[in-house]
Amino acid sequence: MAATIVAARIRRSWFQRLSVIDLFLWGFRAAVLAAVVVGTFATLRSGRYAGEVWLDFLIFGISQGSVYALIALGYTMVYGILRMINFAHGDIFMCGAYTAFYAATALHRAGLFNRYPPLSLAVILVVAMATAVSVALLVERVAYRPLRRAPRLVPLISAIGASFFIEYAVRGLYGSGFQAYPEFEVFKGKWNVFGVGILRTQAVVIVATVILMTLLYLFVMRTRTGTAMRAVSEDMEVASLMGINVDRIIVITFAVGAAAAGAAGVLYALVFKQVHFFMGFYPGIKAFTAAVLGGIGNIPGAMLGGLFLGLFESVGPILVLDGLGIVAPYQLKDVIAFTMLVMVLIFRPSGILGERLAGKKA
Amino acid sequence: MRMKRLQIPLTVAVVVLLAVGAYFVPTVPAATMGPVTDPIGVVKVAKGQSVTIAYWLVVAGPDASLGVDSRRGIEIAIDDKKAIMGFPIKLIGEDSGCNAEGGVTAATKLASNQEVVAAIGSSCSSEAVPGAPILWKAGIVTVSPSNTAPKLTAADRGPDFDGYLRTAHNDLVQGKVAAEFARKSLKVGKAATIHDGSPYAEGLANAFADNFKKLGGTITSQEAIAPTDTDMRPVLTKIASGKPDLIYYPIFIAAGGFVTRQAKEVAGLQNVKLMSADGTFSPDFYKAGGDAVIGMYHTSPDLSEKALGTRYTAFLQKHKQKYGENPLSAFHAHAYDAASMIFQAIEKVAKRDSAGNLYIGRKALRDALFATKGFRGVTGTLTCTKTGDCADPKIAVYISNSSDPAKWDPGQGPGKEPNKIYP
Repeated sequence: MAATIVAARIRRSWFQRLSVIDLFLWGFRAAVLAAVVVGTFATLRSGRYAGEVWLDFLIFGISQGSVYALIALGYTMVYGILRMINFAHGDIFMCGAYTAFYAATALHRAGLFNRYPPLSLAVILVVAMATAVSVALLVERVAYRPLRRAPRLVPLISAIGASFFIEYAVRGLYGSGFQAYPEFEVFKGKWNVFGVGILRTQAVVIVATVILMTLLYLFVMRTRTGTAMRAVSEDMEVASLMGINVDRIIVITFAVGAAAAGAAGVLYALVFKQVHFFMGFYPGIKAFTAAVLGGIGNIPGAMLGGLFLGLFESVGPILVLDGLGIVAPYQLKDVIAFTMLVMVLIFRPSGILGERLAGKKA
Repeated sequence: MRMKRLQIPLTVAVVVLLAVGAYFVPTVPAATMGPVTDPIGVVKVAKGQSVTIAYWLVVAGPDASLGVDSRRGIEIAIDDKKAIMGFPIKLIGEDSGCNAEGGVTAATKLASNQEVVAAIGSSCSSEAVPGAPILWKAGIVTVSPSNTAPKLTAADRGPDFDGYLRTAHNDLVQGKVAAEFARKSLKVGKAATIHDGSPYAEGLANAFADNFKKLGGTITSQEAIAPTDTDMRPVLTKIASGKPDLIYYPIFIAAGGFVTRQAKEVAGLQNVKLMSADGTFSPDFYKAGGDAVIGMYHTSPDLSEKALGTRYTAFLQKHKQKYGENPLSAFHAHAYDAASMIFQAIEKVAKRDSAGNLYIGRKALRDALFATKGFRGVTGTLTCTKTGDCADPKIAVYISNSSDPAKWDPGQGPGKEPNKIYP
C-alpha cells in the first residue's frame, strides 16, 4: 500500500517537474531524429548511390575530420588548463600553413621538392610547427598571461582581438591574395588499400594524424610533464603547492597545441593547396565545434569530435537531406554539422567523452 | 521596480523615434545651386577642384584580380579623357570584398561623400544587390563593369535600383552561349551545375540549365556550395552518381580552384569536361587550379580583335605600357566604357556659372546615362535599356591549354592563352 503511494508521488512529482522547455526539448529531439531516420531510409531505399560511393564519402569525412581533430586538440588542451577558449588558435593554424608555403616554394624552386619528398615534407612541417609555436607563445605572453587573474570574459575578448591582429598582420605581411602550394608528384593519384582506392594525400593526412595523436596522447599520459599538465588541469593551486611550475606548464600546453595546429596547417595545404590570410577562420570555428562535440577539455574527445564532425559534413547532407528531397544539399553542410552538435549536446550536455565537470571546472 | 516598469514604454518610444527618423533621413531634398535645379540634389565642383568619380570594386582578397582589372580600365579612361569641361578628374574608391557585407560597407562610405558625382561598380553581383540602393538613396548613380546577374536589371527590380546601370553583359546571354556551345559544339548530352549561393552564380547556373534543357540536354543535378567551402569532394561525388559529361560551375576563383583540382580526383569524373565562367577568368585561377585547369573551358566576354576591333588593340597597348602586363581579368574594357559613358553624360548635363564653378544635377545625370544610345565604346555600340542594361554582349568560349599564369593573354589564335574556340 505504502509502496503504491510513494510510486504515485514520484510519478506526480515527475509530472509536476515537466516544464514547457522539457516538452519542447523532447519534441525537438523527436523531430530531428524522425527527420534523420526518414531521410536516411529514403536515401538508402532510392539506391542512387552505390557502396563504393559511401566508402568514398567516409574517407573524405575522415580526412577532413583529421584536420579538424588536430586543430581541436589546441582548443581543448588550453581549455582544460586555463578554462579559456583561445579564439586565436585558428589563426595560429593559418600562420603555420602560410609561412610553410614559402619554405615549400623555396624547396620547389631549388628542385628538391620532388626529389626528396619525405625530407621536404619534414622541412615544411618543422617550419610550420616552429612558426605556429612561436606565434602561440607570443600571444600567450602578450595577450593572455597578464590577464590570468582577470574575470574569465576578459581573456576571451583578448583572444578575439589577438585573432584579428594575427589575421591582419599576415595580410599586411603576405598580401590579401591567396597562394598556391606546389604539388608533390608522389602524392598524386590513389593508393589501393584492401581493394579500396584512397587518394594519396588523404592517406597521408590520416596516417600523419594518427601518429601525431598517438604521440600526443602518450606525452600527456606517460611523461612527467604530461602528468604535471594533468595536475594543473585538475587544480592549479594545489599543483603549484606540489612544486609544479604552473607558468611553465601553461607555456608547454600552448606550444604543444600550436605544434599540432602547425602540422594540421601543412596537412590542410597538402589536401587543398590554397593558403590565404583568412583561411584559419572557418577551420578554427569547426575545430572549436569539434572540441565541444567531443567534450571540451578532453583530449581523446577532441579527436573523436573532429572525426564525427568531418563525417557529419561529408555524409550528412547526402544521407539525410537528399532523402528528404532537398535540392543542392551540400549548401546546408554547416546546418547538418551544427544540428548534430546541438543534438549531441541535448543528449549529452558535456559532449561525447566529457565528464560532468565540477562547479569550478565548468 | 520603477525602472523595470519604465523599460517597456521607453523601448517603444526609442523604436518609434528611430522609425520616424529613418523615414525622414534618406530622402534627399530638391536643391537649387547656381544655375541647376535638380529634384534629388546638385553636386558643385568649385573652380580649380576636380570632378570626383568613385569606384567600388573588389581590389583585395582572392578575387582582387577582377576588381583591379576594372580599376585599370577606369584609370586608362581617365588618362584618355584628361578633363571634363576643363575640370580634372579625380578617382577615389573602396574595396567591396565580393560579398554582400563588403558591398554595403563600400557603398555606405561612398554615399557619405557629397563630392562623389557618379560611381563605377560593383565587381560582384552580390555586392550590388544591397549596395546599389544605398548609393541611389544618396543620389549617386552607379555603372557596373562586371555585374552580370540577370535579376539586377530585371523588369521587377524595383525603384531602389533606379540609379543602377551596367556595361557588362546579362547572364541570360552568357548562359545561352554556354549551353549552345555544350550542346552543339561539344555534343554533350548530360550536364551538372554548381553555384555558390551568390546572385551571379545562381543566376548563371540556372540560365545555363534552362537553355541546356531547351536544347534537348539533360541536367543530372544542380548543386550548391558555400563560397568558403574547401572540401568539394563530397559534392563532386554526389554529382558523379548522375554520370554527367560536363560540369558547369560559374563561381569565383578560390572555390572554383578547389572544384577544378578535386574533380579529377573523384571516381567517375576523370573524363568529365569542366566549364567555368567569367568569374574565374583570370590568371589567378590558373594558380588556384594548378595543372587541373588544362583542357577546361571558360565562357567570358569575347576579347578577340575580330570581335572588338582595333580600338581594343589600342586599349591593350596602353594597358601594357601603363601596367607592364596583360589584363588580369575580363572586364577592363567594360570598365573603360562605363567611365567614358559617365564622362559623356556629365558633359551633357553639367552647367557652369559666371564664376567658373561647375554644377551637376544628380537626377539629370542619371537620366542622361539611361538615355545613352548608340554610344561607341571599346566593347561595342552601347544602348541602355529602361532597366539599365547597356551592354553590347559578345560572349565567347575559351579553352585553357596551359596552367602557367605568366602565359595569360586571352584571345584567338596561336600563342593566345586561353584560346577562343567558340563561336
